[in-house]
Amino acid sequence: MVKIVFVLAYLILAPFLGALLDGVDRIISARMQRRKGPSLLQPFYDLGKLFSKEMIAVNNVQLLLNLSYLVILMIAGCMLFYGADLLMVLFILSTADMFLIMAASSDSSPYANMGASREMLQMMAYEPLTLLIAVGFYLTTGSFQVSDIIRADTSAVLWMPGLLVGFMFTAAIKFRKSPFDLSTSHHAHQEMVKGLTTEMSGTTLAIMNIAEYYEMILLLGIFCLFFINSTWWSWIAAILICAVIFFMETLWDNISARVKWKTLLYSCWVVTLVAGGVNILILMLDK
Amino acid sequence: MNKVSKSPWLLHYDASSCNGCDIEVLDCLTPKYDIERFGIINTGDPFQADILLITGGVNSQTESVVKQIYSQMPEPKVVVAVGICACTGGVFKECYNIKGGIDTVIPVDVYVPGCAARPEAIIDGVVKALSILDAKQAAMSKDGR
Ligand code: SF4
Repeated sequence: MVKIVFVLAYLILAPFLGALLDGVDRIISARMQRRKGPSLLQPFYDLGKLFSKEMIAVNNVQLLLNLSYLVILMIAGCMLFYGADLLMVLFILSTADMFLIMAASSDSSPYANMGASREMLQMMAYEPLTLLIAVGFYLTTGSFQVSDIIRADTSAVLWMPGLLVGFMFTAAIKFRKSPFDLSTSHHAHQEMVKGLTTEMSGTTLAIMNIAEYYEMILLLGIFCLFFINSTWWSWIAAILICAVIFFMETLWDNISARVKWKTLLYSCWVVTLVAGGVNILILMLDK
Repeated sequence: MNKVSKSPWLLHYDASSCNGCDIEVLDCLTPKYDIERFGIINTGDPFQADILLITGGVNSQTESVVKQIYSQMPEPKVVVAVGICACTGGVFKECYNIKGGIDTVIPVDVYVPGCAARPEAIIDGVVKALSILDAKQAAMSKDGR
C-alpha cells in the first residue's frame, strides 16, 4: 500500500517539484551573479507558454519520440519509488535517453544532430559509473532491490563514499550543468544554438522539459538511497543532504566554463576508476 | 490562462548594425538591468523564440536571413526594431546595399529609436511588445487555433 502511494506521489508531484527546483535554481544562479532573477514560478509560466504556442513540427516522429522519452522515464522513476530492482531502473533510464537522442537526430538540423552525438558521448562517459553504483549497493546491502537497500541498518554511504562523489560528478552531466552541458544547455547561448533541442518548439519542447523534471527527481531519489537506512530520521537527513547536493550543482554550474568533449570523457572515466573502482575494490575485499 | 507575456523568449539578430545597438542589447542582461526578472531569456533559437529583436538596417545579404528567421518562429510572435538603423535605415539609408528599415522586409510591431538605443529604451520597447504579444495570443485563441 505504502509503495503504491510512493509511486502515485512520484507520478503526480515529480513535475511540480522538479519545476520548483528549477525555479529555485534560476533564482540562486541570478543571486550568485548579483541579479534579481525571475520569479519562483517561472518554469510553470514557461511550460504554460510552450503548450499554448503554435505547433511547428519539423517531422511527424519527433513528438512521439519525445513522448516515449517521457513515458519511459516515468516508468523508471515509478520502479525506483516502488522499491524495485535498482539495476533495472538504471537500464531503463539509459533506454529513455536513447529516445531523446533519436528525437534529436530525427530532424535535419546539423546543430541538433551534433547535440545528439554529444549526448551519446555523455552517456558513454557516465554509464560505467552508474553501473558501478548498482554493484556497490549490492555489495553493501546484499541486494539490488531498492526496498531492501533502504531497510539496511546503516546508511550505504558509509561503505561507498567514493561512489557518492562519483555520482555527484556524473549527476552534473545528467542535470545538464556546466561544465558538462555539452549536448544542450539551460543557459541561453551555446556554440551550437540549442544543441539537442534546436528544432524542438512548443509542445515538443514542453514534453522534453517535463521529462527532465521527472529525471531530476529520479536522480535525487538515487542520491537519497545513499543515506536512507532503517531509522526514520535518516529520511529527513537524506532530503536535507539532497538539497545541499543540488545547491552544489548550481554553484558548480556558475563557476565553471564548458569543457571539450574529450576532457569530459576522460575526466569522467578517471573519476569512475579512482573514486568508483577503488571504492568497489575495498567493498569486495572487506565485505 | 497562460499568458505568453509571462515567459517571452527573445532572439536577437544583427542585420547590419554597427554593433553599438548590439552592445546595448547585451547590456540589458547585465546585473544592472537584468531582463530575466521579466522571465525573458535571450535564446539563440528561432524555433523557441517569441520576440525577434533586430538591430541595424536590412542589406541585400541579410534580407533572406531575416525572412527565414521570422518564418521559423511559431505564432504568436512580435518583432522589435532596435536603433534608428533598424527603424528607418538611419545613417546608412543611402548606402547602395541597404534596403532600409526592418519593416521593408517583415512586419515590425515596436520601433525603439536611438543611436545607440539606450538599455532603458530597449527594455521599454520589449515590455511594450509583451502587451502586443498577449493581444496576438488572445486573437489566436479566439480564432480557435
Ligand atoms: S542606430 Fe546607431 S548604434 Fe545602432 S546600429 Fe545604427 S548606427 Fe549603430
